[in-house]
Amino acid sequence: MDLAYSAEYAAFRDEVRAFIETHRDLAPTALQRGKPTEQAKAWQQLLIEHGYAARTIPKEYGGYGAEPDILKSHIIAEEFGRARVRPGHDGDNRLVPTLLELGTEEQKRKYIPPTIRGEMTWCQGYSEPGSGSDLASLSTKAEVDGDDFVINGQKIWTSGAQYADMIFCLVRTEPDAPKHQGISYLLFPMDTPGIEVRPLVTMTGEATFNETFFTDVRVPTSQIVGRRGEGWFVANATLKHERGGLGDPNQAESRFHQIVEMMKQETLDGRPLLSHPTYRDRLVALQGQMLAQRFNGMRVLTHNIRSEEPGLPRWIVKLNGCELNHRMAEMAIDILGELGVLYPSKGFGGHREEGNDYLRDAGIWQQRYMLDLGLIIGGGTAQIQKNMIGERALGLPKEPKSADPRFAQGATA
Amino acid sequence: MEFALNEPQRMLQESVRGYLDAACPLDRVRAAADAGHTRPDDLWDGLVELGVHAILVPEEYGGVGLGLLEAALVAECLGGAVAPAPFVGSSVMAPVALALAGSDAQKDAWLPRIAGGETVFGVGVTEQIGSRESEGITADDGRLTGKALFVLDGVDADMLLIAGNDGTLHLARAADADVRKLPTIDRTRSVAEVRLDATPAETLPGSAESPEPLLAAIDAGRIMLAADTLGAAQNMLDQAVAYAKERRQFNRVIGSFQAVKHLCAEMAATLEPCRSLVWYAAHATDAMPEEARLMACHAKAHLAEVGRFVARTATEVHGGMGFTDLLGLHYWFKRVGLDRQLLGAPEVVREEAAAVQGWT
Repeated sequence: MDLAYSAEYAAFRDEVRAFIETHRDLAPTALQRGKPTEQAKAWQQLLIEHGYAARTIPKEYGGYGAEPDILKSHIIAEEFGRARVRPGHDGDNRLVPTLLELGTEEQKRKYIPPTIRGEMTWCQGYSEPGSGSDLASLSTKAEVDGDDFVINGQKIWTSGAQYADMIFCLVRTEPDAPKHQGISYLLFPMDTPGIEVRPLVTMTGEATFNETFFTDVRVPTSQIVGRRGEGWFVANATLKHERGGLGDPNQAESRFHQIVEMMKQETLDGRPLLSHPTYRDRLVALQGQMLAQRFNGMRVLTHNIRSEEPGLPRWIVKLNGCELNHRMAEMAIDILGELGVLYPSKGFGGHREEGNDYLRDAGIWQQRYMLDLGLIIGGGTAQIQKNMIGERALGLPKEPKSADPRFAQGATA
Repeated sequence: MEFALNEPQRMLQESVRGYLDAACPLDRVRAAADAGHTRPDDLWDGLVELGVHAILVPEEYGGVGLGLLEAALVAECLGGAVAPAPFVGSSVMAPVALALAGSDAQKDAWLPRIAGGETVFGVGVTEQIGSRESEGITADDGRLTGKALFVLDGVDADMLLIAGNDGTLHLARAADADVRKLPTIDRTRSVAEVRLDATPAETLPGSAESPEPLLAAIDAGRIMLAADTLGAAQNMLDQAVAYAKERRQFNRVIGSFQAVKHLCAEMAATLEPCRSLVWYAAHATDAMPEEARLMACHAKAHLAEVGRFVARTATEVHGGMGFTDLLGLHYWFKRVGLDRQLLGAPEVVREEAAAVQGWT
């Protein structure tokens, strides 16, 4: 046990802090939807130059080109989080690592530099109406016609499809192969003829997701990453990156501090919520859960620094982290009591309107409470996470596949 | 930045676990419980040989002068084995308090004996945390009068370390007091009622100057109870997973049913971060004193909650067998149950955690 940082890392932390202090006015503050603004792009460029974004992406692809150093990356994330300053990004955190690992040299040079600069944005075409947790059953098909794939089918939950320049998309190219071996991973522009994007309004009142339809969309066969039929394995490289990102303990801590502040400010019968023992007990219980997860994160970090596989401590991060964030949102709403139900009629961040004089934080806690449920479901549902923990970490057997045709039918069977 | 056990810590834990696997199987636990023994001689001697009682005793008093983290690793092993052996009171709280508040003569007299396993201490501080039926203890001119409830390791004690109503700590000989066993759900450890009537005692001088020695002993005891629960709950989870891989119903092992698999996954997902919390709390006491009290409270309260969840869920995974005496899973269930209530139940401890942060 040595929780101190060596001189090299302490100095690095000071450097990051000093940078943030000096430059924080340049960082975009507004919640970003749609394409990155000029300010956002300039901020990203500045961060890349200093090695605080695209840090380990090689220079020839527009990155900073540093040797991977997990602790330095961790320090950067922690300091930007603490300062509540918008951090940089590594382009798309699923696509870019996939291209670096499996893309051709031409694909890397063409796509990575504009992506990490924020000039080229992407959406992910994975889930389909009939293929959610069982993603490998996807049926959007791509048939070869001359030098092109011709794509027909439908994707769903394509976040940002209405703004994206490009899509990375899983399609079925070998319909006769076993389901995991018949998929290919394609890259193509969203303005290709035959693509239609329809916004999908969620329970929060916002259209963050879309349904994306493909009708005879022609994409050159050279736009494949990996070989035909290998798309499932290409995609799994990215799923791994996405899973690592969900359940971030820094977010829970930031929410926790907001809740403590709120319990000092908000009153019930003239007394701050913090002085009501029932609410206070819940707060401290939540703090205990949060700390346990923070320290579990430190344990995972230590394994990562040593290039060891963390095992169980890593498998539980997404499940626990998303759940904890959701509990924080629940707590905030409950602290607010009746005030907690106030919500802008057009969703979070909506304009001032009559009757919302009592609204707190623009309704963000209800929005988070709902969005978090989306995160608990997305990126591998909580139930799929529990299967993975049970099977991969605890070694329990898989659910046997049923040969009984009644299970393949609807609920009336 | 390194948040992991070091090699000597891992070796310590392996040697204690290895010893207990061999010397303290369930049959041995059951035999001791049936005979009413909470400190069987053979097991005690074995643990003395491993040096577990010397962990927190400074080197100049014949101990090995390690930290609370090492002690917590031992407590985890003892909980995992549901070992009938005094530890939390006698080998942790007593040496912590003596080292901080004892006179030179007191330290010279008792610390080497704790380290060598020659003297068992009962520790009575319950009334300082939350008093139930006892009016507590008054100290007057070297004599103690009153009643202390839930004295840890009290039945097997040669010496008593008792907190007076003003928070001072006193040493008394168990033979001079009326020590009565309090039968509890957990037959692997002893808690006692101690009645004192003008019983001769000597005060730990440091405890009259500052409440810190008493509080430090309570913090240490709480971390040990949390670690004990961690070990016991982990063992229950392991047993549940093993059972789910063996037991067949509907022509399948039950662990292949998601209804059962998810119970196991939920136990693992909630219990695994607890290991880090216990490590951190123990390490904070050794290295980051400003965080120590808060972390001890959190470890105690959080492990109590997770321990209860794991104990009942692991029992359910075992189906009807989990409910039997034959299988013996209930020894762990009850161990977790006792840990939860001692030195402050979760609500009590969380309120202290709130106070530490200035929230009350």
